[in-house]
Parts: sequence; structure tokens; C-alpha cells
Amino acid sequence: MTEAFSIKKYLRDLKLPFCPGCGAFTVMNAFLRAVHELGYEDLSSFVFCSGIGCSSWIPSPYFLADSIHTLHGRSIPVATGVKLMRPDLNVVVFGGDGDIAGIGLSHFVHAARRNLDILVIMVNNMVYGMTGGQVAPTTPLKAKTTTTPYGCFEYPLDAVKLAVVAGANYAARWTTAHSNELKEAIKKALRLKGFRFVEVVSQCPTAFGRRIGFKSAAEMIKWFRENSTTLEQAKKFSEEDLTTKIIIGEFIERHRPTLTENIYAAIKEAQKIGQN
Amino acid sequence: MGIVKSGVYFWQGNEACAEAAIVVGCRFFAGYPITPASEIAEHLAWRLPQVGGIAIQMEDEIASIGAVIGASWAGAKAMTATSGPGFSLMQESIGYAFMTETPCVIVNVQRAGPSTGQATKCAQGDVMQSRWGTHGDYSAIVLSPNSVQEMFTLTIRAFNLAEKYRTPVVLLSDEVVAHMREKVVVPPIETLEMVNRKKPKPGDKAFFGLEEVPPMPAVGEGFNVAVTGSTHDEYGIRFTADPLVHRRLVERLNGKIQNHADEIVDVECCNIEGCDVGIVAFGCTSRAVYDVVEEAKANGITVGYVRLKTLWPFPDEIVRKLAEAAGKIIVPEMNLRQVYYEVKRAAGDVAKVVPFNKIGGGELITPEELLKKILEVVRGRD
Amino acid sequence: MGRTEIRICGLGGQGVVLAGQILGRAAVYDGWNVVQTQSYGAEARGTTAKSEVIISESPIGFPMIRKCDILVVMSQEALDVNVKDLKRGGLLLIDEGIVKDVPKVNAKVYVVPATKTAEETLGERLYANMVFLGVLNKLANLVRDESMEKAIADTVPKNAVASNLLAYRKGRMLETFTLLHEFFGSRSYVGNEHLSPL
Repeated sequence: MTEAFSIKKYLRDLKLPFCPGCGAFTVMNAFLRAVHELGYEDLSSFVFCSGIGCSSWIPSPYFLADSIHTLHGRSIPVATGVKLMRPDLNVVVFGGDGDIAGIGLSHFVHAARRNLDILVIMVNNMVYGMTGGQVAPTTPLKAKTTTTPYGCFEYPLDAVKLAVVAGANYAARWTTAHSNELKEAIKKALRLKGFRFVEVVSQCPTAFGRRIGFKSAAEMIKWFRENSTTLEQAKKFSEEDLTTKIIIGEFIERHRPTLTENIYAAIKEAQKIGQN
Repeated sequence: MGIVKSGVYFWQGNEACAEAAIVVGCRFFAGYPITPASEIAEHLAWRLPQVGGIAIQMEDEIASIGAVIGASWAGAKAMTATSGPGFSLMQESIGYAFMTETPCVIVNVQRAGPSTGQATKCAQGDVMQSRWGTHGDYSAIVLSPNSVQEMFTLTIRAFNLAEKYRTPVVLLSDEVVAHMREKVVVPPIETLEMVNRKKPKPGDKAFFGLEEVPPMPAVGEGFNVAVTGSTHDEYGIRFTADPLVHRRLVERLNGKIQNHADEIVDVECCNIEGCDVGIVAFGCTSRAVYDVVEEAKANGITVGYVRLKTLWPFPDEIVRKLAEAAGKIIVPEMNLRQVYYEVKRAAGDVAKVVPFNKIGGGELITPEELLKKILEVVRGRD
Repeated sequence: MGRTEIRICGLGGQGVVLAGQILGRAAVYDGWNVVQTQSYGAEARGTTAKSEVIISESPIGFPMIRKCDILVVMSQEALDVNVKDLKRGGLLLIDEGIVKDVPKVNAKVYVVPATKTAEETLGERLYANMVFLGVLNKLANLVRDESMEKAIADTVPKNAVASNLLAYRKGRMLETFTLLHEFFGSRSYVGNEHLSPL
């Protein structure tokens, strides 16, 4: 890497909308560093799709790139249309846990099943932050949110495991306390094909941290670091112990043929038949 | 097999729609199975790959229209097809396509609702939904075919209007028109009008304003286009609090359709200069009107009619003209009064407007029933 | 030909829609205006199904049949439901094997061994619809024979063209070879006479 990393060359000249201490800064930084380290001078070969939620603002409209800021939960369907018509472009989806694992969950599962060639980065802050801190499908049991004032009575969803089961070619989880590992995971994901999923456990000091007893973003990051456990270490814990842990690392890497490969092979076949 | 050759065909309505889409350059279809629209998906799944296009079955109708919107921004002419329940699911995204000025075509083959209703039976109950289904202020372009030939020609027109005005266009068909088979004449392809979206020039930056219909880049063309369904300025940058930005955007989006209603509106008229009674009809129901004009003549009654090939924008002026000539207008429709109120509004106080409605079991209003109604209205018993 | 309205009905899975489609296509090849419609229940198989074809010199307005000139029935249930819609003096074709009670109607009634013929010649009763088309076109002369054969070839899957054509030709030959003649000769009546139940 001869040229030093400058985040500015990838961004429009706009003021970012995130609260102080928001994990979105870390994710944005890690992604653009990964892009830089892979040698992309600009984002012209990328298309970004996002939904509704704070983390959907990471690319839109701040990245100096083509970005489609879609409806809540619908970034993956839109990305499907983009990727199928323009298989030459790198299509990357940014979204929150509500967007990807809540309202848009079926699209997530089906895109993984199809092995659609996109990278999905899910910023999991365990809460609906933009709307003021309501319970999410990722909220830990017993955590207090504005819509679970007596504590959350549901179990959280493990989106990484779901991606693995559904058929993703790559799935990993890191936290904002692991910015370097996160950047490396994104780099790896960008070099792979098929459905790639990176979950980033992230802090929302404004709408979640305060409510569950953290005084600052730094405290939350510290908590992430101390409560993270690698897949290898996790084997030693009981299932109950793991409910308070964040399992980090790469859950899968495989090389199944992708949707674009399969669909264009079918088109080739159809054109052969069609000529007869 | 490439694009269909000019000639005479015996097609089902849904088949004619699918072939027309290919002719006009549609190269992306995403859909979800639903009676009575599935034949469009099946036909395109077979035919689109033959011309190098993509047809994919998505996990639901929301994903279907999402993929269509994505494909449109990737530069393709794109379409989905559904019926009532799926059309309901698509409403939020139709608003998104309107707000982001994404050209696309949504075919709704109407069946009897509400809810699952009578899945295989014809109805015309989605007229108002096609106009007002999504939230917020918007304007719709909705076309209404009444023959298999028009499933062909109006599908082409739907794409042309979508591309010209950069907006979603609904082809509001019905089970009868979509499932019946008729003779279709495909004219020489080079004689068909084909409209393609206006593309930006190098250096252009305003893809969401400045002009009434701004140029539309595709992703991957180097324009760094920012697309959002939130209120945005001419350059696609979100402005979620400024009243002026919102006013300017939403008024332009509505204006670009309403200011061109004359160009968009398309009707078939008969005897509207002088008649004893008028009829305003559309879709499958309008087929009975052709028979009735003859039969009424035998009874000494001149029937004038306006047949709506575009439901929205509503052709106020021509309906008003019919109202002035006829003094009495019957509005037959397979719903519980939808176009009726529009006719009443357009006619004002110059004509008595009489609803004539029939729902259930897909039973059409027959020429006999319509003639009976005409006789009642003309002879002053209704 | 001014205008002829034909209804073909039976159970889902008997190919009544396909028969209507082929007849309609053939009439288009002959230059007529044609509307073909169909209706069936939400279930794919076993419920009543009907297919209607209107063939006309002038453009066709209302696309549905209220009273038909020709009624082809392939099940007892379909006969019970549809016989009231047959015009006076119309043509009624019923399947010998399936239909038990033939109502008294003012029509030319032909009892056709369509299913039997299909089973005997092709080993499959599902070709009964093509046998019917053959008989129908022989009796009513709706379209040119070559148009019907072309319509069959253009409609059914490639690997099924030969057997469908064979079934159609068998249907056409039924009358000529006196099998049909013998069969309906004693039981069918022309004009206003009534048919006795079988």
C-alpha cells in the first residue's frame, strides 16, 4: 500500500448523521479501509443498497458512489435486480438488524439460499435505534427497551448461523471492538463470490446503551471485547453460558456456484434451444 | 426464438402481454405465482432467457417489485405481474418507484376480492386501489385493456409511458381479458412506437429535478447516482425536514403526470355527439357495450359510450362531453361502485349518472342485463 | 358462417380447455374472429371445467356464451349443468361411456364413443377430447380440416402431435366408418324430436 488511506476520497462532502459514539463510524471506516487496501481507487465498480435504519445511512448518500436507499427491509430484493442485470458490479448491502433480520428476514434467507452474489453487512445494535430504542429480533433476553419496559421476553436471532444454514458462501461475525478483524473479514468477503454475510455487533449509546446501564460508547465497546468468544473457545461453554457471549469469527467459507453463474448458464442454454 | 415476428396469432391475454413486453424491450421480470396472472410469469420464464433476459420467481410480491426496481436502476426495462393480494403487498414499493422516478410496469390481473376472495373469478374491484393504493400524494398512470389485442398494445404503451415519464405504470387487466384467447395482429415491429428513458449527458448531476422529467442514469455508468425514497433534492440528497424541498419534489412528481393528462388519456368513443343515453365502461365489462349499441338501436335508442383505455388520469373532459350529449349515463362495472363516482364528479350536474354493478362468481354483466337497464333509464324508470 | 358458439365441458383434466384452444386457433387460421374462454374451479383437477369458443364473421363483443349452438359434454355432471344453455335445434355431442342420462332436448344429439375410441386406439382416455374435435368438425364443418390439424400441431407438445392427430382423425372417421352411424342411428334424432333416455 503505497498511498495512505484517506476516507475523504470515497465520500461526498456531506455532514454524517450519526450520534457521537455510534458504531456506524467504525463500520464505515472498516469498509472503506478494506476497499482501499484491496486497491480500489474509487467506488465506481460498486453499487450500494440499503434499507431504513441508521446503518442504512452508512452508504447513502455519503459514499461517492451509486447508492440505492430503498424501503425498510427491501434492500436485498433491490440488490437482486441490480446484480442480475449488472453481474459485473460489486453489490453491497448495508443494513441494521431490524432491516435485515426483522422486516427483511425472508429476503435475507432466500438470497443466501440462492447464493446471490452480494455482500451483506449487518450492523447489529440489538435495537431499533432510529425510532427510539424499541425491541429488535436481536435484543438479548430480559434487556429493557422502550417496547419491553419489563425486559425482553423473547430470544434473539443468530443471523450468522441462519446464513450458514440457508446456504451463504461466507459468514462471519465481529464487533466494533474488533475493527481490524472486521476490516479483514470485509476484505475477504469482497474477494469471494456468492452470498457473503458479515455481522457487526455494534453500539447504540443513544437508544440502547443508556437504557441497559452503560454510561458511554466506550463502556459498551469494552463490554463487547470482554464478552466476545471465538468459535473455538465457545465449544467449552455451555449453551446457557453462551447466551451472554458474542461468538466471533468466520462461521463458513465455501465456494458453491453462485446465482449469477447459474442463471446465466440457464440463459445460454435457453438461447441454444431457442435458436432451433 | 427471438422477438415475435409480425403476423396473426391466437394468444391468451397473459401471453400477449408477455410477448409485448419482450417486443418493447423488457429484459427483466420478477414475480410470484398468483391466479389469474401466473401465465405471464410462466411465459416470460420460458421466453425471456431466449432473448437474453432474466425472469426470476421471488419469495413474495414485495421482493418481486423490489427486484424490478433494482433492475430498472441497472438500466433494464422491467416488469412484474400479479393479482389483488400481491398488488396489495406491492403498494409501498409502488410509492417508492413513484418517489424515486423508477420506470417499471406492474400488471394487475384483477380477481374477486377483498382478501383471497374468489381467486379464479373475474372482478374489477381494484380501480381505486390502483389510483390510491400507496400512501402520500401521488399520481398514477393506469391502463385498462379490453381485448387480447390490447393486452399486447397497451403493454407496449405501459412501458412507453413508464419510460417517458419515469414512473411506475399499472396495466389493470382482469381475469376474463387475461385468460381469454383471441386473434392478435402483431404489426411490423419497426412500425411500433418504442420509448426509451432519457439518459444523462456526461457531467450531468441532477437526476431528480431541474427538468420536469429528469434524465435517468443507470448504476455503474459513473454518475454516482444517489437514489432514495426519502424526500430529496434535485441531486438525490436527502432532505427530511425542509418544507420547500418536499413541496417542490412532490408537486413536480404529480405535475409531470397531471400536466400531461391529455397525452396520457386514451379512450374509445361512439356517438358522443348525440345520443339518448351514455355508457362509461372499461375492461371486460365494456365488451357487452358493443353488443348493446346494436340491440338498443333496434329499440330506437341511440347509445353513446366512452370506453376507458386509461383509467388514470381520468378522462374528465370527454366524460363531461358525453354527459352533455346524453343527459343520462350508465356506469356498468364489476365492483360496488368505483368508476361511478368519477363519472359523477366529471359529469357534474349536466347528467344523471346511474350505477350498474354486479359482483361474484366472475359473472359478467351481460348485454341483455345492460339493455334492460338502458330501457329502464331511457324510459325513466330509474 | 355468421356466428357459431360452441361450449365444450367436462371435468378438469379431460382436456376441454385444450380442445377449445385448438378449435379457436384453427378458426383464426381460417380468418374468422374468435374468442375462446374457459372456467374451472380453484382446484387443478376433478371439478367441472368448460371451454367456450365463439367463431364469427364480424368482431366479437361480449365474449361469453349464454346460449350455445353446439354443446360437447364429457361428463354427466357437465351435461346436467350445461344442457339448459343449448339453443333449440342445436347440436349436442355426448360421450357414450361417461354420460348415463341423456335429457330430452330439442337438438340433434349424437352419442359419441369418444373415450372408448381413445382407449382402443391410443390406450389413453385422455385423447377423447381430440376424438370429439374430429367428430365435431365432421358434423359441423366449423374449420378446414388442414387448419384443425395445423392447430393441433401448433398447440400440443411436439412429442404428442402424432398421437393427438391420430385421435383427431379417428374422430373424423367414426361417422364414415358407420361405427358412429350405427351407434347414434337408432338413438339420435334430428330437429325437434326428443331423444329417449339411454
